[in-house]
Amino acid sequence: MQGYETHEYDVLVIGAGGAGLRAAIEASAAGVTVGLVCKSLLGKAHTVMAEGGVAAALANVDDRDNWRVHFADTMRGGQYVNNWRMAELHAKEAPSRVRELEAWGAVFDRTRDGRILQRNFGGHRYPRLAHVGDRTGLEMIRTLQDHGIHQGIKVHMECAVIRLLKDGERIAGAFGYSRERGRFVLFKAKAIVLATGGIGKAYKITSNSWEYTGDGHSLAYHAGADLMDMEFVQFHPTGMVWPPSVRGILVTEGVRGEGGVLRNSEGKRFMFGDIPENYRSQTADNEEEGWRYTQGDKNARRPPELLTRDHVARCILREVREGRGSPHGGVFLDIAWIKERIPNGEEHIKRKLPSMYHQFKELGGVDITKEPMEVGPTTHYMMGGVRVDGDTQMSTVPGLFACGECAAGLHGANRLGGNSLSDLLVFGKRAGEFAAQYAREKGAAEVNEDEIQATARWALEPFERSGGEGPYQVQHDLQDMMQDLVGIVRREEEMVRALDGLRNLWDRTRHVRVEGNREYNPGWHTAMDLHNLLTVSEAIARGAIERKESRGAQFRDDYPEKDARFGQVNIIIRKQPDGGMQVEQDPVRPMRDELKQVIEEMK
Amino acid sequence: MPQATFHIWRGDAQGGEFKAYKTEISEGMVVLDAVHEIQATQANDLAVRWNCKAGKCGSCSAEINGKPRLMCMTRLETLPTEAPITITPIKSFPIIRDLVTDVSWNYTVNQRIPKFKPKPPEADGTWRMSQEEVDRVQEFRKCIECFLCQNVCHVLRDHDMKSEFGGPRFMIRVASLEMHPLDTENRLPMLKNELGIGLCNITKCCTEVCPEHINITDNGIIPLKERVVDEYYDPLGKLIRRITGG
Repeated sequence: MQGYETHEYDVLVIGAGGAGLRAAIEASAAGVTVGLVCKSLLGKAHTVMAEGGVAAALANVDDRDNWRVHFADTMRGGQYVNNWRMAELHAKEAPSRVRELEAWGAVFDRTRDGRILQRNFGGHRYPRLAHVGDRTGLEMIRTLQDHGIHQGIKVHMECAVIRLLKDGERIAGAFGYSRERGRFVLFKAKAIVLATGGIGKAYKITSNSWEYTGDGHSLAYHAGADLMDMEFVQFHPTGMVWPPSVRGILVTEGVRGEGGVLRNSEGKRFMFGDIPENYRSQTADNEEEGWRYTQGDKNARRPPELLTRDHVARCILREVREGRGSPHGGVFLDIAWIKERIPNGEEHIKRKLPSMYHQFKELGGVDITKEPMEVGPTTHYMMGGVRVDGDTQMSTVPGLFACGECAAGLHGANRLGGNSLSDLLVFGKRAGEFAAQYAREKGAAEVNEDEIQATARWALEPFERSGGEGPYQVQHDLQDMMQDLVGIVRREEEMVRALDGLRNLWDRTRHVRVEGNREYNPGWHTAMDLHNLLTVSEAIARGAIERKESRGAQFRDDYPEKDARFGQVNIIIRKQPDGGMQVEQDPVRPMRDELKQVIEEMK
Repeated sequence: MPQATFHIWRGDAQGGEFKAYKTEISEGMVVLDAVHEIQATQANDLAVRWNCKAGKCGSCSAEINGKPRLMCMTRLETLPTEAPITITPIKSFPIIRDLVTDVSWNYTVNQRIPKFKPKPPEADGTWRMSQEEVDRVQEFRKCIECFLCQNVCHVLRDHDMKSEFGGPRFMIRVASLEMHPLDTENRLPMLKNELGIGLCNITKCCTEVCPEHINITDNGIIPLKERVVDEYYDPLGKLIRRITGG
């Protein structure tokens, strides 16, 4: 019999990045008791690393912007398999959510007339990203954190959840452990909000931290919730490539928004050579026009460097594969060139992109005000996730909600930069609001002691094994395999090999052994995280095999074109009663006529 | 590939010792890479905090060869690798295990600081501020809460006066609120009485270790000290300010 401590809340929020914090704030404001669980210390979640900005049609810089344009941009970027209701709510509500942050103390950069400044970003027709230099995420998470701590929310830092508990069909609680002491913790809850972020640690080259092991995706899946769009993994076009130890660390799209250009080893701006048909009318066809756009000329069209991330990432990969890459296997991203155009260019770059300057200087030995950066694609963001109702964010399991990166729908096949920070705010708020409402209406549920004990025994098994390998080797082999076989360019036979490889990795995981004791033992935590990583990796591979076309972030070498039939469906992943993974195509819901018209008008 | 030796402090609240690990090093590696390599191959249970690995989250603070640094931003090329590199946990907070310390005290201090209280917005429901006005507080809002300043502050490190003094991190937090162009709350009584700003004797050790290069002492603590002095030790000036509304 394993002991554990017990906490009881109306609403339990799992994850304390932007989405989790915003959900917790909203739920507590609704008057229910709220517990907030975070795997790291408060304020260290992935949101802190977001750089470029938060997208909202405030129209402070270009008064032609409004929710309709933002909605159409988001749908176009997502290749129309988005949950259009979420795209609509997101575009309409983002401005209020951003202004609300200001009322809570956030300090955004300003326009000349003293309003919130907005910058250009890929796929957004007008300058739309409210920002603070290139540390917008830090500003957001700190604002939410410092507001949230006065709301009576109980925060459980360095605590991880390993299983969701149900009472019949509905959610009843969560079971996990405190990382510091290694003790088990039971959370009884009337409603649960998942806000656990992404899955980047399934890949070798990633901008994501150790925390991004797909916990929410996996917890929801094993609790019987539907996952959706898992094949859509965003590879951000610009990660650092050199030196090896920093490979994958993000280089913000803001560099290109401020006028940075991509060049190959021949010095050519290769993005001009490949502009997709559906973006041709909005994209500059010469360098001069592109430059004028970045400097705020409303009559200019955006440079092709600011096309969507999926497309830019593939173009970079093509340049490298065809032998026109930089010395360390990337391409060149040059912001230093703007000194030819701007007086005091060096100071301008440092002011607009301070943390990029700092990051390259300290980690890469490169002065970005003087020389180009070397960049290449890095695993960055999961568009897919828990399937939710667009209005309430409730999953297919009653009482289980999801928001932020671990929820699916808003971004479709490809997310626009800046839409994740606004996603966190808009749907974090909604998830908190409706979770509180659910908790009040439905009351308490029962947890099952046998299930708790079985979970506790499962968690401790790695300590009891003899022989077997440590968890890190299994994790590294998984990352290598996913990078090679289910990466940016995909083929059926490679992904089938990946499924074989996953069976082998599952087997190894069942024999993983950990040393030491339960107090702050990262080896033990990694051994448990492996189950989540393997679950999401399998979902990605199966979803990607099912979608026999290329769309957004999914590029199939064996089906290089878009297929209209797949433009009508989302791929759903569900756990079968026998434990197997079921894959199903589900028709995209018909869009309201009024929204169809908006898309037509914006074409 | 060349090798380097790391002496990493291992233990818990009851005590511990340095253990030696040898690992291969390559171009551009930072101390955190070496710690991860050791953790993956030689000591799976080596406890260390980290998140972003890019100097943005402030999780991986430690003392490297005695100097308080972020492990993710300390390149091995900047250290002499002929001799062993020592890594110890930060000193001002209780040890949990290995390189991980209990920094929860900081969160309790932050909780006590009265929150942002904005003046009423303009007619359109928003506020106007100039970039020059916000530049001043943006410096303080860069803080990544690595707590290296708390670690080197004599009042906390050598005298352990945590019940009387909030430490540089929270002087900066208060500065970010007090100098916020929209804020209307008065935190001077708290600064004087609960956070004990008078205990700071401006040795600037905090400023020296700040990885975000915030001028903690000159731009934050000294102006706050001046406000406290004006408020509490200059009754005539205070009276004049009250009358003139200055």
